[in-house]
Amino acid sequence: MSDAVLQVEGLHKAFGGVRAVADVSFAITAGEMLALIGPNGAGKSTCFNMLNGQLTPDAGIVRLAGRDIVGLRPRAVWRLGVGRTFQITATFVSLSVRENVQMALYSHAGRLRSLLQRFGAAFRPEADALLAQVGMLDQAERPCGVLAYGDLKRVELAMALANAPRLLLMDEPTAGMAPKERVALMELTAGLARARNIAVLFTEHDMDVVFSQADRIIVLDRGQLIAGGTPAEVRANANVRAVYLGSAH
Amino acid sequence: MLSVKGLHAFYGRAHILQGVSLEARAGEVVALLGRNGAGKSTALKSIMGLVPAARGEVTFEGRRIERLLPYRIARLGLGYVPEERRIFTDLTVMENLEVGRQSARGDAPVWTEERLFALFPNLAGMRDRPGGRMSGGEQQMLTIARTLMGNPRCVLLDEPSEGLAPIIVEQMAHSIRTLKGEGLSVLLCEQNLHFSQAVADRAYIVEKGQIRFGGTMAELASDSSLREQYLSV
Amino acid sequence: MSFASIIIQLLNGLAAASSLFLVSAGLSLIFGVTRIVNFAHGSLYMLGLYGAYSLIEALGRTPLGFWSAVVVAALAVGLAGVLIEMLVLRRIYRAPELFQLLATFAVVLVIKDIALFVWGAEDLVGPRAPGLSMAVEILGKRIPAYDLLLIAIGPVVLGVLWLLLTRTRWGALVRAATQDREMVGALGVDQAKLFTSVFFVGSVLAGLGGALQIPREPANLDLDLSVIADAFVITVVGGLGSIGGAFLAAIIIGVAKAFCIGIGTVTWFGLEISFSKLTLVVEFLIMALVLVARPYGLLGKPQAVQRVAADPVPPLTAPSWSMALVWVMLLVGVPLVADRYVTILLTDIVCFALFAVSLHFIMGPAGMVSFGHAAYFGLGAYAAGLLFKRAGLPMEAALLVAPLCAGAFAVVYGWFCVRLSGVYLAMLTLAFAQISWSIVFQWDSVTGGSNGVFGIWPSAWLADKTTYYYLALACCGTGIAFLWRVLFSPFGFALRAGRDSPLRAEAIGIDLRGFQWAAFVLVGTLAGLAGSVYAFSKGSISPSTISIGQSTDGLIMVLLGGVETLTGPVVGAAIYTWLRDVVARHTEFWRAVMGGVILLIVLLFPQGLVGGLKALVFRWQERQA
Repeated sequence: MSDAVLQVEGLHKAFGGVRAVADVSFAITAGEMLALIGPNGAGKSTCFNMLNGQLTPDAGIVRLAGRDIVGLRPRAVWRLGVGRTFQITATFVSLSVRENVQMALYSHAGRLRSLLQRFGAAFRPEADALLAQVGMLDQAERPCGVLAYGDLKRVELAMALANAPRLLLMDEPTAGMAPKERVALMELTAGLARARNIAVLFTEHDMDVVFSQADRIIVLDRGQLIAGGTPAEVRANANVRAVYLGSAH
Repeated sequence: MLSVKGLHAFYGRAHILQGVSLEARAGEVVALLGRNGAGKSTALKSIMGLVPAARGEVTFEGRRIERLLPYRIARLGLGYVPEERRIFTDLTVMENLEVGRQSARGDAPVWTEERLFALFPNLAGMRDRPGGRMSGGEQQMLTIARTLMGNPRCVLLDEPSEGLAPIIVEQMAHSIRTLKGEGLSVLLCEQNLHFSQAVADRAYIVEKGQIRFGGTMAELASDSSLREQYLSV
Repeated sequence: MSFASIIIQLLNGLAAASSLFLVSAGLSLIFGVTRIVNFAHGSLYMLGLYGAYSLIEALGRTPLGFWSAVVVAALAVGLAGVLIEMLVLRRIYRAPELFQLLATFAVVLVIKDIALFVWGAEDLVGPRAPGLSMAVEILGKRIPAYDLLLIAIGPVVLGVLWLLLTRTRWGALVRAATQDREMVGALGVDQAKLFTSVFFVGSVLAGLGGALQIPREPANLDLDLSVIADAFVITVVGGLGSIGGAFLAAIIIGVAKAFCIGIGTVTWFGLEISFSKLTLVVEFLIMALVLVARPYGLLGKPQAVQRVAADPVPPLTAPSWSMALVWVMLLVGVPLVADRYVTILLTDIVCFALFAVSLHFIMGPAGMVSFGHAAYFGLGAYAAGLLFKRAGLPMEAALLVAPLCAGAFAVVYGWFCVRLSGVYLAMLTLAFAQISWSIVFQWDSVTGGSNGVFGIWPSAWLADKTTYYYLALACCGTGIAFLWRVLFSPFGFALRAGRDSPLRAEAIGIDLRGFQWAAFVLVGTLAGLAGSVYAFSKGSISPSTISIGQSTDGLIMVLLGGVETLTGPVVGAAIYTWLRDVVARHTEFWRAVMGGVILLIVLLFPQGLVGGLKALVFRWQERQA
């Protein structure tokens, strides 16, 4: 697995004695779409938050392109080329769509410290190019606070792409979107990932999206990985069916 | 007993419920099935007034309740058991029950602490234990018992089997059948199909904020394509 | 210190701790359940003290008269609290937190004037407790018997509260609501009634705390804000919402203060340290230390996550520079037509406008509410005065160097403050302001103590009121323009971004804390400029420029104008300053009038004046369309 963009080994996390994630290991290669699925409370978000520095694991190794990133703050992880979208969208609601993307571009270029220059003069073409890619250019002037939920997800994607990432972490990227939009957004993501050779790790509860877009799927239940493989393999796995449909003893 | 027509609700700006209609009759256990994120929880919260209904009607015992505050809805005899259990962690078992207490309603079963301890024997031995020091299964029992202290006519149960060990799930199913035996209506959200089959008379399937199926458990059991499409992976 | 005097100081401290505990426990209880930071809680304490004074006069100085007076005063204050809750706060539970805060400021103003009207401006010294006026001898020292009783009352009230909270249905509801009030509602509990009852109990505690002090401290009109500051410190040190924490904190602070007085002046390594002068500062030092080590106080827990999604802040509209030019020309023209009085009032207004704009910068776009912004205004004013009078700098140099001094303090204070957020952050800013105030107030030899510094007049070429007005306009106008410009720079956008979503800011590589710290220093410097210009316009400065009253004035200006607009703070500063001046010339009770006006605005325009007007205009335009 020398070509792994992200390699996770033996990840552990407990909250107040309750095990949230236990001994999770997996890897993801450039250009690959990897889905992390599991029922509510399986530990998906906890797992995600340990990958970009939001949470520190109790044990385990997270390697980004060979470099151990455990203990780094989210902003440092970002600087190493990891883009992130959130389950509940986190955008700057009082800024316009374009300004949101420009904020990421300014930050990437280290140019946020100026006091007198006017924000928004620089990186306009770059921001518009990213917005065009996610299909949000026509709404560039609108404040994020008034956007439809699905559109916010697109803005987040554009922001996540602003630092030319090698890995995208997307937590429930299509939650709250209309059914038609979901597949469209993930097709878009998959296309970008392949074109730019970005590895994408995403959690998702819409099985249409998961099985149509993921190259590989790993399944988490009560903090542990119980299955992994191609969509066809996972669909056929008895453990996975038991987790989703409930066991009949 | 409880009837919902064309209910729409938003979470922030996410359009979660997109016209949900369903019904629970007196003495009936109805399951709301669907994968996570389908909108099941939001449906219950919206009925309870915890997430405002943007459009649609909710009728409980002939009274429109979609504009009422949650406490008024609770006082009409509609009980709500949240998914995250929301036990008051600093309060003991007895105190948690006390918070749920309402005066008796003539036409609904009347619960006392002792009757609830008979229903959930695990709780009887830990009357003075703080809610924060109980296991998940015990908390699940407590949160149901706490709602029953309000002597409801109908209970909304959000994912009663989630994260519980199989033996506790079995007990939970037994308790829900007991509630039905007492004459209570129950509307429950579930991901666990087997559990629902063990307790429910009828089921609805929710997918992406809309009802995709409504019928008896037998109908659902005989239609494997339905299960594959909406519930399985 | 001998063993005996250690014991005596300990007892002194414990006696003082009792009242502090009572008032803080009430504040903590109210905050825990309603999440309202009740600035009027100190006013309730003050009412308790005044009420007890009058009731004792009426009922007679007998043990029965005294104790019935204390109890009746406490209950009456409880009813006053219920009145405040039902008439004002209940109507705005859904309004933004800052508006609730503004409403409680207004209540402070109203209560102060009610007290002034009923009891007059003179301090009222109450009688000793009948039957307990003797002293008890302990280890050869004499301790008033009443103090010993007070020492006992603290734990007794703690015990009663504990029983109430753990043995009654009401207590279970209160503790449950402190953790998750939405769930309590879903179980059929009427929040409005619960809130009213909590306000009653909390207010009774404040009233009792005040009434019990009658033999120890004179009733006076400054108690409201000084007591609320103490109560804030104790609740925050103990942990918001924790009654036990409040008790612990009250004891620590009461005893620490007593020891500071007891130790007096000590010489260490040839350095003379006056511990008694530390009294006013020591609680704030304790608070700063506790908050940095334990951000939720000694026994506090992280605040329960609010389950209500807040409305997003609307985008800020860039200033229209052509409109600004029109305003500047108008302001330049005023002295040509107006009299000297108007010119002086306008000078005040431009100083306060910069003060308010700098406060708005930090609490609006940067999202960090400050209860102690007067620190920088006052430090700027004092730096100007001292550089001019004591260091002998020319006036022009002093005027310009002073803001940098205020900025230097902001470097230190800000470093601590950006580590916290929300109510704890606001309280810490208040603590730093009070530390600054105490130092200025007590350091007689340098700052002139309570008298302040006199004879800070501008150079001859600026002595004319109109000329000085132009200087003030130039300095403060430039300051305001600069801050507005910064708001639209990459730096300002980064702050707004961090306010909107700290999570996302961090996820795109922004060092938010660093930006917030820099913002603190920036606004500290500019508030310092406002103070510096203000000092030379008045010719003298007093500690009131750093007081809590000055800080709350700033908050009122910003909130009155509307925190979500750019020009709101300027409008708020102008209206507040002008209105105060006008009303104060017609009635002694200007505070009550101001408070009434603010309450009216809060209840009618929950978006602030400029925000409310914008909404009205918008509605009108929609109707036309």
